[in-house]
Amino acid sequence: MNVRPDKSFYPSPKDAMEAPVEKVAFTLMLSPDFSQPDGLAIVDVDPTSKTYGEIVHQVIVPNKGDEFHHFGWNACSASLSPLSGHAFVERRYLIVPGIRSSRIYVFDVKEPLKAKIHKIIEPEEVFEKTGYSRPHTIHCGPEGIYVSTLGGGGEDGTDGPPGIFILDCETFDIIGRYEIDRGAQSKHYDFWWNLPRDYMVSSEWGLPPQFENGVVPEDLLSNKYGHVIHFWDLRARKVTQTIDLGEQYQMALEIRPAHDPVKTHGFVGVVVDTTNLEGAIFTWWQKEDGTFEAKKTITIPPHPAETDDLPPLLQGFGAVPALVTDIDLSLDDKYLYVACWGQGEMHQYDVSDPMNPVLAGKVEIGGIVKKTKHPNGKEFGYGPQMVEISRDGKRVYWTNSLYSTWDDQFYPGERGAAMVMANVGEDGSFELDENFWVEFPEGYRSHQIRLEGGDCSTDSFCYPSV
Amino acid sequence: MELLGTTAGLWLAVVVSGLYHGLNPGMGWPLAVSAALFEGRQSALWGALGMLSIGHFIAMIGILLPFAVMFMLVEYQREIQIGAACVVIAMGLFLLWYRKHPRILARVKPSQLALWSFLVAMAHGAGLMLVPIFLGLCGLDELDMGHRAALDLMGTNVLMAFAVGLMHTAAMIGSGGLLAWAVHRYLGLNALRKTWFNLDIMWALSLIVVGGLGLWAGLTLSA
Repeated sequence: MNVRPDKSFYPSPKDAMEAPVEKVAFTLMLSPDFSQPDGLAIVDVDPTSKTYGEIVHQVIVPNKGDEFHHFGWNACSASLSPLSGHAFVERRYLIVPGIRSSRIYVFDVKEPLKAKIHKIIEPEEVFEKTGYSRPHTIHCGPEGIYVSTLGGGGEDGTDGPPGIFILDCETFDIIGRYEIDRGAQSKHYDFWWNLPRDYMVSSEWGLPPQFENGVVPEDLLSNKYGHVIHFWDLRARKVTQTIDLGEQYQMALEIRPAHDPVKTHGFVGVVVDTTNLEGAIFTWWQKEDGTFEAKKTITIPPHPAETDDLPPLLQGFGAVPALVTDIDLSLDDKYLYVACWGQGEMHQYDVSDPMNPVLAGKVEIGGIVKKTKHPNGKEFGYGPQMVEISRDGKRVYWTNSLYSTWDDQFYPGERGAAMVMANVGEDGSFELDENFWVEFPEGYRSHQIRLEGGDCSTDSFCYPSV
Repeated sequence: MELLGTTAGLWLAVVVSGLYHGLNPGMGWPLAVSAALFEGRQSALWGALGMLSIGHFIAMIGILLPFAVMFMLVEYQREIQIGAACVVIAMGLFLLWYRKHPRILARVKPSQLALWSFLVAMAHGAGLMLVPIFLGLCGLDELDMGHRAALDLMGTNVLMAFAVGLMHTAAMIGSGGLLAWAVHRYLGLNALRKTWFNLDIMWALSLIVVGGLGLWAGLTLSA
């Protein structure tokens, strides 16, 4: 407990953009063949430092086979609302779930160079207290830390639907399930919300048998992955509306609401449209009457490709889809960054008018066919994937692994971990930084990045930007 | 101590406790700023303050009224005063020991400001803080008037409860409202980060101090 609110909490997104520049980043490392335990890498991102771009500390966990994926903070700027009741909680712990093992690690990163494991929640406890498995997205919210899961009960996670459970934000005890009425929600992936407006939006990926051993082509071609988004009455804990984007919009994943809580719109990325292999972004928004609507506002066409350049999975199509696997929105709600993991491109859209996004910039790196090298001449394996933006919007970081078994299907063979950064100029120019390149230890892949003090997919703000 | 034995001193305590509650962001003034920013007009600030004060006032009255009714039992006034003081001290000790925020508060919708204000005041024993002061005022009143019919006394006590609740809430919303207005108009939201202190321990100690004074008053009251 602090005497003052944590210095990294800001009332509005605009205030947070003025925050000090991040000096360290936290990046998850996973062992794709489960031969080594996963870990948390602390990366020096201070350009004035001698160890700039190097892993300056790592915490390797005591278990194997966790498969680290997404993670989040125990507390964020939402604590500045009196409604949250947690004004004096420290932003100090990173909650890191093992998506494969269902084990949850709590890392104490108060001193990043001495980061250590604070608590481990064993899978049995998660199963017993929640009936869910395969924990995924973390957000700090009303009543504690919300954790979305991808699996229900049972060995293969199909006994009952997956959902969200809540952790105490100080003791990290599991409090219990979130849902009172889940409506039509049968699968799960991401979720986020607008706290003052009291709604939550959640998305669906697939059930564990549909992803754990790789993408199931028959399920994808018969549109059996998630293609709906759910709107919840956040504090009443019930689904008020479900929007089906259309069954061909397979894998609607990342939910990115506008950061400014006055705004009532947000975005969701769709991995692939099975009718034409396009990637897509939908804009969703709340109407005057409180109900929601969604409309496709960005499409990314597939690139034609020679059969020989394609992995077996895609050879029948003669083209490489964008595969929109992650999206992230800058704190001023101006730029939406879209990872095209298949094509090896990171797109920057100007979404000042959320209904009419404009492609403003593009970085090419990696890719199934193009295999574009980094400006420093090094090979960038896989494609741009988990993307994170600095709070001031001037630096965009990303890594390259999607999910162990899926990496191997789309990019056969071991291609190595990577983490790069692109600079965004005042005019919106978007270019890779030649000098930032992180070398990871042998045998690891890299996944989500979190930035010191918060970033663009962490904090929820309760006061408008004015 | 001398001052607290007088009517003026006790009324001053009612006002000061109100100012104190109002300045604490935990009692809600930032929500009024938020409302004004959301609506893009300053009048929303007053509307939100109005809802917060309704909730706070009901919480005060809800605690004071039972004591007002009990206090008509003239022969037990000393016991009631001592008992009430002990309850207030116990609440202070409880808040010192139980430092977590009640989760029920997180279930209240952001639009239900009056309900939230009521619950947050109850959870923090804001009404209890007034009880020893209120009983002191009733006791002084009683001394002035001499013995009267119980019903008459109860009427006076109930009126006193409303007066204390109103005066306290007016002071509370006055100080919180002034701060909310200044932050909205001049200081900017960042003032919230700079002015918010963790008052949890001080709050609990305030309850213990007020309870202690009430206890002292009760014990020294000539039986």
